[in-house]
Amino acid sequence: METTQQTESKIIELKPFADEMVVNMGPQHPSTHGVLRLELKLDGEVVREAIPHIGYLHRCFEKHSENLSYPQIIPFTDRMDYIAAMNQNWGFCLAVEKLLETDESRNFEVPERAEYLRVLICELNRIASHLLSFGTYGMDLGAFTPFLYAFRDRERLLLLFEKVCGARLTYNYVRIGGVSEIIPLEPGSITEQNYLDEVEAFLDYFEPKIDEYNELLTKNSIFTERTTEVAVMSADMALSYGATGPNLRGSGVDWDLRRDEPYSIYDRFDFDVPVAVDVPELGAVVGDCWCRYKIRMDEMKESVRIVRQILAEGLPDGPVMADLKAVRPPKGEIYFRSEAPRGELGFYIVSDGTPKPVRVKGRSPCFSALSVMQELSRGLMVADIIAIIGSIDIVMGEVDR
Amino acid sequence: MSDFRAMLAGFPNFNASESFFPNINLQDGLNWAEEFIQNVVLPRLPEAVASHFPVELGTVLVMFGCAGIFVAVVPLLPLVLVLAERKVAARFQNRTGPMRVGPWGVLQTLADGVKLLFKEDFIPPQGDKFLFLLAPYVIFACSFAVFAAIPFGQNILVSDFNIGIFYIMAISSVIVMGVIMAGWSSNSKWSLLGSLRSAAQIVSYEIPLGLSILTVVMLVESLSMSEIVASQSNGVFSWLIFRTPFTFIAFFIFFISGIAEVNRTPFDLPEAESEIVAGFHTEYSGMRFALFFIAEYANMFAVSAIAVTLFLGGWEGALPGYDIIGGLPGFVIKTLALVFLMMWLRWTLPRLRVDQLMNLCWKYFIPIAFFNILGTGIWGLIFPEDTLVSTGISCAIIYIGLIAAYKMAGRTFAERPAPQPS
Amino acid sequence: MKPEEIYEVLTQQFSEAVLNFDTELAGDPSIHIAPSAIADVCQYLAETEALAFDSLMCLSGLDLNANDEEFAVVYHIYSMRHRHSAVIKAMVPKTNPHLPSVSHIWKTADWHEREAYDLYGILFEGHNDLRRILLPDDWEGYPLRKDYKEPEFYRGMRVPY
Repeated sequence: METTQQTESKIIELKPFADEMVVNMGPQHPSTHGVLRLELKLDGEVVREAIPHIGYLHRCFEKHSENLSYPQIIPFTDRMDYIAAMNQNWGFCLAVEKLLETDESRNFEVPERAEYLRVLICELNRIASHLLSFGTYGMDLGAFTPFLYAFRDRERLLLLFEKVCGARLTYNYVRIGGVSEIIPLEPGSITEQNYLDEVEAFLDYFEPKIDEYNELLTKNSIFTERTTEVAVMSADMALSYGATGPNLRGSGVDWDLRRDEPYSIYDRFDFDVPVAVDVPELGAVVGDCWCRYKIRMDEMKESVRIVRQILAEGLPDGPVMADLKAVRPPKGEIYFRSEAPRGELGFYIVSDGTPKPVRVKGRSPCFSALSVMQELSRGLMVADIIAIIGSIDIVMGEVDR
Repeated sequence: MSDFRAMLAGFPNFNASESFFPNINLQDGLNWAEEFIQNVVLPRLPEAVASHFPVELGTVLVMFGCAGIFVAVVPLLPLVLVLAERKVAARFQNRTGPMRVGPWGVLQTLADGVKLLFKEDFIPPQGDKFLFLLAPYVIFACSFAVFAAIPFGQNILVSDFNIGIFYIMAISSVIVMGVIMAGWSSNSKWSLLGSLRSAAQIVSYEIPLGLSILTVVMLVESLSMSEIVASQSNGVFSWLIFRTPFTFIAFFIFFISGIAEVNRTPFDLPEAESEIVAGFHTEYSGMRFALFFIAEYANMFAVSAIAVTLFLGGWEGALPGYDIIGGLPGFVIKTLALVFLMMWLRWTLPRLRVDQLMNLCWKYFIPIAFFNILGTGIWGLIFPEDTLVSTGISCAIIYIGLIAAYKMAGRTFAERPAPQPS
Repeated sequence: MKPEEIYEVLTQQFSEAVLNFDTELAGDPSIHIAPSAIADVCQYLAETEALAFDSLMCLSGLDLNANDEEFAVVYHIYSMRHRHSAVIKAMVPKTNPHLPSVSHIWKTADWHEREAYDLYGILFEGHNDLRRILLPDDWEGYPLRKDYKEPEFYRGMRVPY
């Protein structure tokens, strides 16, 4: 197969007396959040250029998908963003369901109860994901204690997930047409009530903790020194680079798919979309690392609000799975995006009417957000690189797929 | 030098018979080993041996013996401190810390030490082997040499130099050489970055450190550690920290600069694990790594001990003359309190960036330290002798200053959310 | 604006470059554009006030069938301002797959195009750094092509297992 000269591997010349030092940060590095490799060109402590190299965790998700039936792909989506795997399951299922809905002869509809369970679990998963992001961000900046606080709370969430699907990290819970029933929460049963009580107990415990964490880290003056006015991403830049989710809202763009293009039953809930504003008393400007981080802290509160509304309403009765004999979408293609904790998770699915897709492309929010790295990091210091990576909150499993 | 001698001469001698370790007169620092031989060993030896005993050799032997005890005992300190740090951190983070090795995990550091002994001693093949091997010893030796001049208690000190604090400053500056050697010889870019960060940091923070020591030296008019302690013998208000408002500020500058000197959070940039992996000791493994580790904790203890000696009365008790076992327990308690403060800071605060670190030093600490020196000089002109009046005025100013600082900071603790039971 | 209206606007502006409007299949209808004009069309879509497609959601390569003559490059674009979306498709021949890059219009296309190059071997002209992104630099072949056969060995390691 013909290749161009561009495919040849780049050879980095060793110039010991040049005033530029090339350092490889990663793929094995304590705070590159996985196997990201950054080729840093340093002038002392100042970064002239940081070139991200990805692909160390490439597991051929898209190639695998072409050889699997639709339900078999769901476990692979777990491995994309393993921090928020519920949301990844859901994103994929939503796309397939959208394609199934175009086939009017099927009369396909996701049951009410499944929708509620999905929102409940996925919002809890969002909290878990943001907690991890908060904890690791503290650790990246040298504060170790918040990390363990975050993990302590996340642990309780993982136990909740374990109770509905038996897994702690890769859930495979949301299925095409509903949710899995491996560990049933029968409508109206004592198990269901116990489970909802446990969720409520967690929320009661967790909500004041957010304020505590804000006090511990968010308003800490060393933390604000490190993060405010660092790597300011303007709204235009964020849009152009395809940064989405908290990164986009951190740049002051008021955009959330759950509110602006409501899918599932998000239109029934009352929640705010946190958007970054200047905070002069802390020195934060819209688009800096602090704002991106703060959006996540605020979003946890909103997720708590949504879950509380579900608890107040109670789960509706009925089945948790649509009557779906075989997942065989009609010939066609769909691009559907949903709001995952790290931004817009899109799935482009092309079907030829067989049980296996022709093409599945996962549009990962981290992949796009990471591409902004090179521009953001120019002229900053080595320590700021860490602050940026943490603030755009990447998961390499999703970047490399 | 003659000035110091004159100063020393004018100072009242300790009453040797009343001190806890009676037989050595530490005032004449250079000859104490010889005196020990003359006064303690020789009278106990049989006549025939004593008459032929070479005093010079004996002196050397005694010095070696002391050094042996010292080298054997002092490394136990880091062993305890590492465990303490892990336990303190664990309590901060709702954990229990090491619990498996020995009761409550007390033997954990010992087990870690044994593990490190058996690890491969890796030397980077492209590195500078000689410097690589030498660097840990330089750091280790320097950080323990500092202990030689710290008075742990009345007459419990290895050597009472008349330039004690100067010696400490000089010796602790050599540590940076070891750090640079380690960073350069490792042939790793992270190590190099870490060591250069460390060099910049230590050299910068030596200045406010030295300047705040100078305020103490101006008041005591001596560089000798034992004299500095002796001048604080009249209870808690004679401690140098309360003597003038300027020494009060100087204490905080000294302590914060001290934290920076020993590379602990929030100034742990040279070994910031999330940025430059492990800084200058990235490539070290096994026992050489353990040496760095031990030296780090020894430094931490040493800095706290120096702060206690200079500002918090050393081994003198809070009430005059109220010191048991030569003041050793009091000294250790005060030092460990400062060590705990360091741990507390480490497990609470994030890390500064390198430019912010330098800003803090050059734009704030150094001007304030210079101002302190000026202030201390003027204070000395107004109050040539320490009296009840001068101490009272000083404490009043400190109190008012603290209140003002608290108001100006604009933070009230009432705003804090009530801690939730977890 | 609806996709049909966008198609109308585009046909008026670029008469022969806009090939057809594909509504046959289930799901999103797509606008087919001649590959050589793709950059101009995208520029127009992004900069015209009434359209204002300010974000490129997704850029994917597509190989429907090993027997097909063409790859497709699919652009999913969205306008935050007007809240409308469109699907643009450009078909490129498999024998010489190349088309202009849009990375100067939407920066996110930079990495997406590299990915399409990496997995399909589609060359984007005017892209300033067209290297492999997910696979190793010395990988041979383009794995998402339907006629792709994985190599027996990669650097002495057996690939199929």
